[in-house]
Amino acid sequence: MPNLKDLKNRIESVKSTRKITKAMQMVAAAKLRRAQESAEASRPYAERFNAVMAGLAASVGGSDSAPKLLRGTGSDEVHLLVVMTAERGLCGGFNSNIAKLARAKAYELKAKGKTVKILTVGKKGRDAIKRDYGDLFVGHVDLSEVKRLGYTNAQDIAKDVLSRFDAGEFDVATIFYSKFVNVVSQIPTAQQIIPASFEDIEGDDSGAIFDYEPSEEAILADLLPKGVATAIFSGLLENGASEQGARMSAMDNATRNAGEMIDKLTIQFNRSRQAVITNELIEIISGAEAL
Amino acid sequence: MANTMQFDLVSPERSLASLEATAVQLPGADGDMTAMPDHAATITTLRPGLLKVEAPEGSSEYLVTGGFAQINGDGMSVLAEKAIPVAEVTRSHLDDLIAEARASHEAAKAGDDQSIVDDAAKLLADMEALGTHMSL
Repeated sequence: MPNLKDLKNRIESVKSTRKITKAMQMVAAAKLRRAQESAEASRPYAERFNAVMAGLAASVGGSDSAPKLLRGTGSDEVHLLVVMTAERGLCGGFNSNIAKLARAKAYELKAKGKTVKILTVGKKGRDAIKRDYGDLFVGHVDLSEVKRLGYTNAQDIAKDVLSRFDAGEFDVATIFYSKFVNVVSQIPTAQQIIPASFEDIEGDDSGAIFDYEPSEEAILADLLPKGVATAIFSGLLENGASEQGARMSAMDNATRNAGEMIDKLTIQFNRSRQAVITNELIEIISGAEAL
Repeated sequence: MANTMQFDLVSPERSLASLEATAVQLPGADGDMTAMPDHAATITTLRPGLLKVEAPEGSSEYLVTGGFAQINGDGMSVLAEKAIPVAEVTRSHLDDLIAEARASHEAAKAGDDQSIVDDAAKLLADMEALGTHMSL
């Protein structure tokens, strides 16, 4: 049975933990709103971009002159997994879910005899994958200094990925991120970005035949690298919203658990205090009777 | 309203404009062009430059750096990599852009691919011309 002083200390410490988790929850809620706004603001661009690309890809895609980014290198031996996670922890299963998906994919590819390379964005994902596949890391992008995600961050990552592609380091690239559905649900997602695939995207259905300035191929060659950046950017933004959402619900749970724990400890504390008083009274009474 | 068309200007970070316009002048890769309602369906890439929108409510100008435009008979959307309303552009904005273009020009010169060097040089020239044009 812990003594009164221990219990008191315990209650104090849980109380301060609750204060911290409560504060983190509120900060996450504020940040979530902003992250969600920027994720939504980027959607029109991505949608239109993909619609145009889908149309272009459909008309040029079949030919041998199609750019490598669309057609692929002709093999799928070397895979690059771009794993995008958060820089911070304490956000429930957010980071580990993405890492788990990436690990499963890496395992599956290795079982098929493919070569796997991993590029990590965000410290937490790197830590989570390091133990199993640390030898496959080819690079890391640190975003911990970035206050507000901008398109340039995505462009930098895309540039890195593209230069590796041009150097022939890999054949297929897949990005891993968490799609934001709502505060309690984020879906870890894998999306192939190189070679680009537009199969599940609705093309422009207006049926208009476009004039292209300059040529169709030139536009496609110009846009495909931008497509990589756009895909990474929307992945990053979805991730940002998901991270805050996950942190908010995780901290909400933590705050509630701390509250329950405080109640339990307080009851225990009162009981033992009463036991001590009763004990003392018995001692006094029996002392008086003995006289 | 047959004499206006839907005009949308979006950048990856936000949507800048969505309005009914009577004419839009844009810096196409092969030269400036003006799109009016019932323009032939066109997709063109953009070079850095000024985008002028004329609408019944008044005209507005945007600085765009690359991207592309999709023109339909009844509307057009411009997907710019970076777009800033001209009123908000300052000399320092432009200096940043020029410095960026210059840096990529220098980087390209270090390589041996002539076409990239030419592209970068063109970009730099476009940026500088833009500055003179806007008389900043």
